[in-house]
Amino acid sequence: MSEALYQQALKALAEAAHGAGRLDDADARVRLDNPLCGDRITVHLRMAGGRVAAVAHETRGCLLCRAAASAIGRRAPGLTPAEIAAAAASAEAQMAAESPPAPAWPELEAFRPVRGHPSRRGCVSLPFQALRQALGDAGRRT
Amino acid sequence: MTGAAALRGQFPLFGKVPRPFHYLDSGATAQIHASALEAMQAFDTTARANVQRGTYPLAEAATGAFEAARGRVRRFLGAGPAEEVVFTAGATAALNLVARAFGETLAAGDEVVISVAEHHSNFLPWLQLRDRAGIVLRVLPVGADGRLDLAALERVVTARCRLLAVTHCSNVTGAVTDVEAIVAAARAVGARVLLDGAQAVQHGPVDVAALGVDFYAFSGHKAFGPTGVGVLWGRGELLAGLPPFMTGGGMVGEASLEGAEWLAPPARFEAGTPPVAAAVGLGAVLEWMGGLPWGGIRAREAALARRLLDGLAGFPGLRLLGPMDLECRAPLVSFELAGLHPHDIAQVLGDRGVAVRGGHHCARPLLAALGCDGATRASLALYNDEADVDALLEGLAAAVRILS
Repeated sequence: MSEALYQQALKALAEAAHGAGRLDDADARVRLDNPLCGDRITVHLRMAGGRVAAVAHETRGCLLCRAAASAIGRRAPGLTPAEIAAAAASAEAQMAAESPPAPAWPELEAFRPVRGHPSRRGCVSLPFQALRQALGDAGRRT
Repeated sequence: MTGAAALRGQFPLFGKVPRPFHYLDSGATAQIHASALEAMQAFDTTARANVQRGTYPLAEAATGAFEAARGRVRRFLGAGPAEEVVFTAGATAALNLVARAFGETLAAGDEVVISVAEHHSNFLPWLQLRDRAGIVLRVLPVGADGRLDLAALERVVTARCRLLAVTHCSNVTGAVTDVEAIVAAARAVGARVLLDGAQAVQHGPVDVAALGVDFYAFSGHKAFGPTGVGVLWGRGELLAGLPPFMTGGGMVGEASLEGAEWLAPPARFEAGTPPVAAAVGLGAVLEWMGGLPWGGIRAREAALARRLLDGLAGFPGLRLLGPMDLECRAPLVSFELAGLHPHDIAQVLGDRGVAVRGGHHCARPLLAALGCDGATRASLALYNDEADVDALLEGLAAAVRILS
């Protein structure tokens, strides 16, 4: 059970920590906490032409949270807010549906075993929530 | 019949959940004892009515059961008159009651001392009072082992101090407070003492008279009783001088458009219908606890804690929080393991039937003081045995393998 959740793909994704760090010239920065466990992520976002120009994150969290942040760091650059929203919904679907549609990003498949652990979905959702909030903040500034 | 296995048999849940099951989260919620369930069932099926109001026989029976429960709490606490026992919704409600009611008697510039080791329930109400009433909140630090730094009392407790509100036992480090030193520091400046007993009551009856404190708060669900009920004990003369926290039915003598006249404690602090059945259940379980051989049980709990501490010490990169001396710690062990997140550890353990808690334990100031982002906690109670500790240690080895 644990082995399925903490599969190699998930651990490798977390370990890769794509996008880890800061952006000094960010258009928006959002810090979110998971009240359940105290995990914290700060997402830094820069936009250009209605698309994500660069994204970085500082993540203090569990493997699930770090893996989700890493997926964002790898896939979000170049995407529109609508595409990010679709990816966030796809991540939720991977964790909720018995037979979810193909994931928006290949990395999101690593979160399918979370379906059996409802209390852990928030760990995966947190980075997406922070990114979407940053997109909203950046959108209001332009 | 007070071995762990015999005691475990008196807790219905253990016979119903899938095995293996090793419950090491009693610091969050202890399992409920059969006596509490039976008492609640009996009350609700033979004596259920509102209390302190009706004059018909059933209502009188309900009031009698409720007041009998108050008497049982009094005995568990070694307290004086039963009127000093106030039923609340839990320890959090009891602590908030003191912060509100006692807080009403404080003036801007008066000081309240808490420790950095407090659970948020004995921290945030005082933070609110500071912001609302302009009191000064002073904080007693902890040493590296999580015990309160008593040497700092002289500096932190000033002539303006009106109350020291501290934990009886930390929910993170298990460190047991040297209450005598706290009370002495308070008395030296004429201040009062509130103890948060949430983590202490599951390890045996309390003697508030011997402790010498002024207020004592605890939850029913951490004392093998039901959720939704807790207790604030306070010295009679102090409670009599405090205004109510909540107002409503059952706590006024006279009420008119011109004003209201509060009843004497405990009714003054029990506005509305109290958690009657839960109080009856709590009374029953405290009575049961009062008959247990606590010397032997505490020795067994300490031996298990030692087994756990020794076992954990063998893991590379593991940092134990709290004092190593079991004379001054409850059987509760928190740790962090380099490179592994507490939630991931708790997940792997949970999948193996070992129930522990991972996270900040609602004690963020303490974790910050200890330089710790989060910890995994195993909290032992009278129904635990060596198999529970060993399952945790084996599960932790598996967690290291799976998560690394």
